[in-house]
Amino acid sequence: MSEVSRDQRDVKQKDDGALPGDGLTLGMKVQDLSAFYGSFKAVTDVSIDIQANKVTALIGPSGCGKSTFIRCLNRMHEVIPGARAEGHVMLGEQDIYARSADPVNIRRRVGMVFQKPNPFSKSIYENVAWGARINGYKGNMDELIERSLKHAALWDEVKDRLKESGHGLSGGQQQRLCIARTLAVEPEVILMDEPASALDPVSTQKIEDTMDQLKQDYTVVIVTHNMQQAARISDYTGFFYIENMGDPGRLWEFDETEKMFSNPDRKETEDYVTGRFG
Amino acid sequence: MAHSGTKVGAGRREFKASVFVRYGLDRAFTTLVAGAALVGVVVLVVLLADVVRDGSSMLSLEFLTSFPSQVFPENGGIYPALIGSIWLLGLTALISVPLGVGAAVYLEEYAEDTRINRIIEINISNLAGVPSVIYGLLGLGVFVELLAPVTGGTSVLTGALTLSLLILPVIIVATREALRSIPASIREGGYALGATRWEVIRSHLLPMALPGALTGIILALSRAVGEAAPVLVVGVSLYQTYITAGLFDGYMALPTQIYDWISRPQQIFQDSAAAGIVVAMAVLLLANSFAIWLRNRYQQRS
Repeated sequence: MSEVSRDQRDVKQKDDGALPGDGLTLGMKVQDLSAFYGSFKAVTDVSIDIQANKVTALIGPSGCGKSTFIRCLNRMHEVIPGARAEGHVMLGEQDIYARSADPVNIRRRVGMVFQKPNPFSKSIYENVAWGARINGYKGNMDELIERSLKHAALWDEVKDRLKESGHGLSGGQQQRLCIARTLAVEPEVILMDEPASALDPVSTQKIEDTMDQLKQDYTVVIVTHNMQQAARISDYTGFFYIENMGDPGRLWEFDETEKMFSNPDRKETEDYVTGRFG
Repeated sequence: MAHSGTKVGAGRREFKASVFVRYGLDRAFTTLVAGAALVGVVVLVVLLADVVRDGSSMLSLEFLTSFPSQVFPENGGIYPALIGSIWLLGLTALISVPLGVGAAVYLEEYAEDTRINRIIEINISNLAGVPSVIYGLLGLGVFVELLAPVTGGTSVLTGALTLSLLILPVIIVATREALRSIPASIREGGYALGATRWEVIRSHLLPMALPGALTGIILALSRAVGEAAPVLVVGVSLYQTYITAGLFDGYMALPTQIYDWISRPQQIFQDSAAAGIVVAMAVLLLANSFAIWLRNRYQQRS
C-alpha cells in the first residue's frame, strides 16, 4: 500500500510547474465540505484549494469550526460518535470521502498533530516506530527514527535516551515527538490543530522553525489562534467566521497570507486580524 | 472602595473565625479518619493472631501434604483441598480473564450506544450484585446437568466455570473503568497514524488499562477462591482419596474443607480449621503478590 502512494507522490512532484495557473500543485482540493455533530451543522460549504509544499493557516474566533474542519481533512472528524461530514476532499486523484476511500489509508497519507501533545505510553523510539511498523514499513527502522526525529528538530535532545518513556519529555519536546511520529509514516499532508497553544514561547519557536523545514517536503495545514504565528509561518491564510450565534462556521475569506494581513477584502477579516475582536 | 480607610478596617473586624479553632477541627478530623482506617487493620490483626494461635499446633509441612483423616485427625492434612483450590484459582483465571477483558473491550471500545447494548450494560452491573449461591444453582443446572457430557458433571472444570460466571461482572466493570480512564487523545493519536481500532487497542489501550484492570481481577479472583456456597452447590467433594490431576476430576476446596472441620465439635478439628484458614490466606496472599508483581512489571514497561 505504502509503495503505491509513494509512487503517486513522486509522479505528482515531477509534474510540478507543468500545471496551469501559478505553477503550484494542489495538496488538497476541498469542495463544498460541511461537517455535522448529530443534527448540528458545525461547518458549512467550505471550498478551498490547499497548495502543495506550502503552509496554510486557518484562523478565526473560537467555536467557528476551524478544528472541526481540519479534522475532516483526514477523516478524524467521524471518530467522534455521531459526527459526520459531507462533500469532497481531493487528495491527489482520490476523493477521501468517496465510497471506496478507506479512512485508515487516508490517515496515513494525511497525518495529524493535535493541540495537546499525546505521546504513547512507550519509549521515545517506540513512539516513532509504532506508526511505521503497523503501516508495514520494511526499511531500516533505526534510520527512519533518526531521520524523523532530526526532521522534527528533536534528535539532538533525545538521541542518548531513545529507550526512555516519551512521557519524561517536556511539553514542547513531546509535541515535537508527536510531529516526528507523524513524519515517520511519510504522509503527504500534515495537519496541525493548534500545535503550540499549550507550549511556552521557546518551544513554540522550535515548532515554528520545524514547520518552515517541513514545507519543503510536505503540505502543511495549521489551525492557530495566534495571529502573529499565522502571519510568520504561513503562505496562505483562511479566515473562519460565524456571522450569527448558532449558525454553522464558514470560510469567510481565503487568500495569500500577505494580503490577508495587509489588505483583506472583507471587513470582518480586517477586524479580526487587527485584533478589533475575537 | 471610595471610603477606603475605615471600610477596610471594619471589614477586617467582620472575619471572626479563629485559626486556633480551625486547626483544632482539622486535627479532630484527621484523628477521626485515621481511626476509621485503623478499625480494619486492628480487626484483621486480631483475627489473624487468633487463627494462627489456634492453628499453630496443626500447622506443619505434613499438614500441607496429608489427606484429611477422621480416624487420626492429628495426622490429617489439607493436601487435596489445597491442590483443588489451586486448580480452581488457575482455571477460573484462565476462563474469566480473557472473557471479562474481551467483553469490557467490546462494550467500551466497539459497542455503539444502542438499546440492546444499554440493556447488556445494565444487566452486567446488576449481575455483580447477585448472591453467589444463585450462581451455584445456575452452575448446577447448566454445567453439571445440561452440559455434563462436556464438563464431566461435578468436575473441577464445572467448579471453575461456575466461579468464572460469579466474577465475570466484576472483571468486566473493573476493566471498563480502566479503559475509560485512558484519554481519548491516545486513541486519536493512534488513528491519526493510520492505525485500525484493533491495533490501537492491542498496542496502547490494553497495556495502559492492564494495571488498573489487574487490581479488579485480583480482588475478584480472591473472592472466587474464598467462596464456599457456589462450589458446594455444584458438587465439590467433602472428601476424596485422590488428588485432582485433570479437568474432569473431582475436587476439594479450602473453604469447604474448613467448613467441614469447623462443623465438628472436637477441638482437634477446630484447630485443623484454624490451620486451614492460615493456609487459605497464604494462598490468596501468594496469588495477590504474583498479580501485583505482574502489574508493576507492566507499569514499568509503559
